[in-house]
Amino acid sequence: MENSSIEVHNLSVSYQNVPVLWDIDFTLPKGQIVGIIGPNGSGKSTLLKAIMGLIPLASGNVKVLNKNLSLVRDQLAYVPQRETVDWNFPASVEDVVLMGRYKKGNLFRRLTKIDKVIAQESIEKVKLEKYKGRQISQLSGGQQQRVFIARALAQGASIYIMDEPFVGVDMSTEKTILDLLIQMKEEGKTIIIVHHDIQTVSNYFDYIVMLNTRLIAHGPTNEVLTEENLQATYGGQLNIISKIQSIIKEKEFPLREKGFEDK
Amino acid sequence: MELNDFLTLLTAITIAVSCSLLGCFLVLRKTVMVGDAISHSVLPGIAIAYLLSSSFNSVFMLIGAAVFGVFTTLLIDFFHKKLKLQEDASIGITFTWLFAIGVIIITLFTNSNTDLDQDCVLFGELSSTFLDKIIIGDYLMGTRSFWMIFPVFLIILVFILFGYKGLSIISFNEDYAKSLGINVGFINLIFMSLVSVTTVMSFESVGAILVVGLLVIPPATAYLITDKLKRMLIISCFLAITSCIIGFYLSILIDVTASSMIIVVSGCLFLLTFGYINIKKTLIF
Repeated sequence: MENSSIEVHNLSVSYQNVPVLWDIDFTLPKGQIVGIIGPNGSGKSTLLKAIMGLIPLASGNVKVLNKNLSLVRDQLAYVPQRETVDWNFPASVEDVVLMGRYKKGNLFRRLTKIDKVIAQESIEKVKLEKYKGRQISQLSGGQQQRVFIARALAQGASIYIMDEPFVGVDMSTEKTILDLLIQMKEEGKTIIIVHHDIQTVSNYFDYIVMLNTRLIAHGPTNEVLTEENLQATYGGQLNIISKIQSIIKEKEFPLREKGFEDK
Repeated sequence: MELNDFLTLLTAITIAVSCSLLGCFLVLRKTVMVGDAISHSVLPGIAIAYLLSSSFNSVFMLIGAAVFGVFTTLLIDFFHKKLKLQEDASIGITFTWLFAIGVIIITLFTNSNTDLDQDCVLFGELSSTFLDKIIIGDYLMGTRSFWMIFPVFLIILVFILFGYKGLSIISFNEDYAKSLGINVGFINLIFMSLVSVTTVMSFESVGAILVVGLLVIPPATAYLITDKLKRMLIISCFLAITSCIIGFYLSILIDVTASSMIIVVSGCLFLLTFGYINIKKTLIF
């Protein structure tokens, strides 16, 4: 497809012969905020890792901007889950954001002034300039999440892949991230987010991928976010059904739901 | 200072600083136990190299060590990832097994006259390293054990200076490093080979057990003191040197093995730092 950011074809991934993703096939548009939703263990994070080429595929292929990943790696920026790293690592906010400027080509050389300027701008975009020199363990969960986003921004990529960026963040971080996402979208960036809170889906995303090992549906949010699809995605999880009702209602009256607390 | 004391201390310090530099990254990556495993499982490599060359020939030993060091990490990975065994169990199986094979090779194929015996392998003989001097013409060029570790030290220094960015990003967030297209596997391979080679070059002097102390204790102490990676590297070197000097003279004073005393001092510095930091914390809050 001409205007696609990411294409996934017949993708399957398995751990110990148990399929985690089965025959996934979709194409994502450019310049939109895309949500990947599904219950726990539905393979959302695995899908991101498969797209990033971090895990071996059982079958299928991934195209980024119509090319093989290895050719356009610098166009992809990855924001891993915050819990996947040890925040006691001896580094400051600036040190971590500068990592976004590391590349295969400059790994054995010093960073340039331009790298430092870009890192500074990225820190300002997530409103952490006051904390630039602070050790990363002394940040709140929301601030740590913003550090990760700033690091991805510093890469200057056109596609951003974020794994659960709204988990355990405070309200001010949530707002900062949302404003930033909208600004990035206006600049023509594509943002792909793994998200588990179905209550906020219709507020955040233009386009969604609904996943439960298999692909349930994908398309513009207002077309795809139906009761039928939600049932198929969340299946037997009964406590979800009541939530689904409220989401359908929410779609009719698009009010912002504030369901986030700091951890 | 006596010449022999100076030569011994020089060897000890070069070993200790090499170990602490690598150890900082082992501590940060939480792979100290892999370092421990490597320090033991290189023994078959040393034994085989020794049999082939009938001497402590550094080139053979380096190759033997590097091969077995890398083999150890691969075996641990295989048990852990492919056979789904817990990581600590995988490490336990791998290094004890390889170490035991090494001990058997030594007892079977070497006679009592050789330098390679089990005591030396375990604890090293730092105090006797000055006996083996290299003299060219009329000039003393240092000891053989110093010239074994010194090139390795230089390689480590260059690797850390140039590979600093790669090492730090992999230690902090390996998946992210991969997503940037950084060749994580290659850097890890060099790093683990250097750990193997360093432990082997330290074998004669400090032995397989105490070298782990040098790999862990100074970096762990430095980790308590600072929250900047560059400072952590520098402070851990400084602590390693201090432990060597104090430990060496204390060992002469009370007539015990120098390598053990160096580790004891190093551990005491760790406890002192830990105590100091905790007292400071309680005073502040």
